[in-house]
Amino acid sequence: MLQEESDLSLVIAQIVQKLKGSNLYAQLERQAWACLQRPEIRLESLKEDIKEFFKISGWEKKLQNAVYSELNVYPLPSHPSAPPEHLKEPLVYMRKAQGSWEKRILKSLNSMCTELSIPLARKRPVGEQKELLNKWNEMGTDEPDLSLFRPVYAPKDFLEVLINLRNPNYENGDSLSFRTHLGLIQVPLKVKDIPELKECFVELGLTTGQLGIDDSTQVPPELFENEHVRIGQKVLVQQDSAAAQQYIRQGSPTALRAELWALILNISSQPEDILYYEQLKTNVIQHDLLVDSLIYKDVKLTASNDDYYFVFEDYLYQVLLCFSRDTSVLGHFAYNSASPPKSYIRGKLGLEEYAVFYPPNGVIPFHGFSMYVAPLCFLYHEPYKLYQIFREMYVRFFFRLHSISSHPSGIVSLCLLFETLLQTYLPQLFYHLREIGAQPLRISFKWMVRAFSGYLATDQLLLLWDRILGYNSLEILAVLAAAVFAFRAVNLMEVTSLAAAEAVLADLSTLKVMPLLQIFLFATVT
Amino acid sequence: MSGLLVPCHVKSTVALKVGDMRTSQGRPDVLVVDVTFPNVAPFELQEIMFKNYYTAFLSICVPQHTPLHTPSKWVTCLRDYCLMPDPHSEEGAQEYVSLFKHQMLCDMTRVLELRLILQQPSPLWLSFTVEEAQIYQQGPKSPSLTFPKWLSHPVSNEQPVPSLEGLPDPRVSSEVQQIWALTEMFRASHSYTRMGRFDMDGCYDLNLLSYT
Repeated sequence: MLQEESDLSLVIAQIVQKLKGSNLYAQLERQAWACLQRPEIRLESLKEDIKEFFKISGWEKKLQNAVYSELNVYPLPSHPSAPPEHLKEPLVYMRKAQGSWEKRILKSLNSMCTELSIPLARKRPVGEQKELLNKWNEMGTDEPDLSLFRPVYAPKDFLEVLINLRNPNYENGDSLSFRTHLGLIQVPLKVKDIPELKECFVELGLTTGQLGIDDSTQVPPELFENEHVRIGQKVLVQQDSAAAQQYIRQGSPTALRAELWALILNISSQPEDILYYEQLKTNVIQHDLLVDSLIYKDVKLTASNDDYYFVFEDYLYQVLLCFSRDTSVLGHFAYNSASPPKSYIRGKLGLEEYAVFYPPNGVIPFHGFSMYVAPLCFLYHEPYKLYQIFREMYVRFFFRLHSISSHPSGIVSLCLLFETLLQTYLPQLFYHLREIGAQPLRISFKWMVRAFSGYLATDQLLLLWDRILGYNSLEILAVLAAAVFAFRAVNLMEVTSLAAAEAVLADLSTLKVMPLLQIFLFATVT
Repeated sequence: MSGLLVPCHVKSTVALKVGDMRTSQGRPDVLVVDVTFPNVAPFELQEIMFKNYYTAFLSICVPQHTPLHTPSKWVTCLRDYCLMPDPHSEEGAQEYVSLFKHQMLCDMTRVLELRLILQQPSPLWLSFTVEEAQIYQQGPKSPSLTFPKWLSHPVSNEQPVPSLEGLPDPRVSSEVQQIWALTEMFRASHSYTRMGRFDMDGCYDLNLLSYT
């Protein structure tokens, strides 16, 4: 059909445009030049011979991986008349809500700035630069006075905003109707039900082997684990992103996880990437940002107090401080409903040529932000590699957990999915908790916003994040949250207050993620 | 958007209701919007474009050409086109939509008027409509659209030159020419460098954050 052909051409044109600006393009150019020396390249069939060379030498695979990566990350081009904000978020009322929320954050940051008389950004004097460079690898030993700083917002503040989200064109009357939402989220987004989730997460089914279930000590490894590891090694040799993404739906062996994630996220550490990281480090040394203090405070409050992650404190500073200076992150705002905060060079207020983004990457960290990085420290030990992986995870997944959008993996949809699953499949529990004033979302929200980081044991968390990468979706977080409630339903039915319900669900560190998910999706009688 | 924009006049929507208008409760679930083209001769419709606002299904009718003095008959050219897969949820509710000539059931060569019939069966929405409707007619064939086939589908010229014994290789000069052409091509294509700087000439001394 005409329409499909022109849609495909549009997608191809968009991907080509994006890839032209990448390192891969430059590398392919260089390779094409270099291979002209080779005897098998004949000038009369130049184009075909070079294509053949790329295929044999593995460069075609790299290009395939890059295209696959683009298709995964960037939304398909929408209608040609749609303005850019439509691509960020199609629903007008959600865009407005996100705008108001951002304004609140900016006001909070500005007032912190004026109250503490600390500038948003300051160039470090040379002495201070030298000092910071010397202790770059042990910034955790620094104990700056952070008592006056407070996080800009915490997940519970964000939850209040989501609870108050309303579609002005929706019947929000008091009278109960067939579609009254008994939970906290009151917007009618489309969410999947269990039959649809079963179809979507088919590889988690009872008849498919899983790491996290079929690799436990009681199960002989010949049944599943050995073969799965062998396939994983083969996938890594092939260097195929799409195959890796399919493979990891059944979980990743610990030894292969770091490489598999890098392959799926299409991260290969080239010298240019190491150089780029060093440049960011230089930027951190040269300028001190107010946001840095927020990062310090967050790390001290969260990761440093965590039994699993406190050892990685120094790594967290090295990643997060550089992340704030990385202007390449600005690219993701094309498909993020959020927008980067703007400011002007002092004395040039209102002059567009002196407008800059603050922080340079446009992301203001909130309480718990460092927990997105912490689990990755178990996998990657070179700071530049750790940095690249975190940045890619952020612009693919984590940004959706703290911005208001209608995307199926956005936090609003996840909350609604969680509440709908609970209300539909555990109606008694849902009703009971509601009656005692313990709306389930008030407890599970913090789990989902942090993608369960800091709540599950690390090996379980990594198994969960395997599936996020494998399915390229965050919906599994909502399903797991519902599964946890289902698991502790008996105890929850006996509580009589929100505090008691919180206590029942306070400790998730003993939970095994994959059995919970499997039982909830595939073994519960509905 | 192919073709020329046709200036149109969108009349106000008419709600269809069953029964007595005064006593019926509830909101109408069918709206009719007439689109006329004053001062424009009957034209060939190429594309209809609009922004949806919570309409679930769309039907379009055009008047059929009849001899004078007989009332014109309306013919459906698009029946129950689904704009929202689930009328109760937000999916598709505010999307930009284009409908093309080839999707229509009847002949669109001489369009005088259009009747859009909007349906929203769900009682959850307070209102529904379509916005920013734009109608396009067949435009003149622009030169850029008609590529010669060889330009859009380049075929590699693989003509192996028969090698003649003893003579200098006639391909040498063609090789040199091709290398020169490649060089020129690479020189012409500029490389995109990543903009890494966030400051202005080393200065990142800022005012407060701006709210606009």
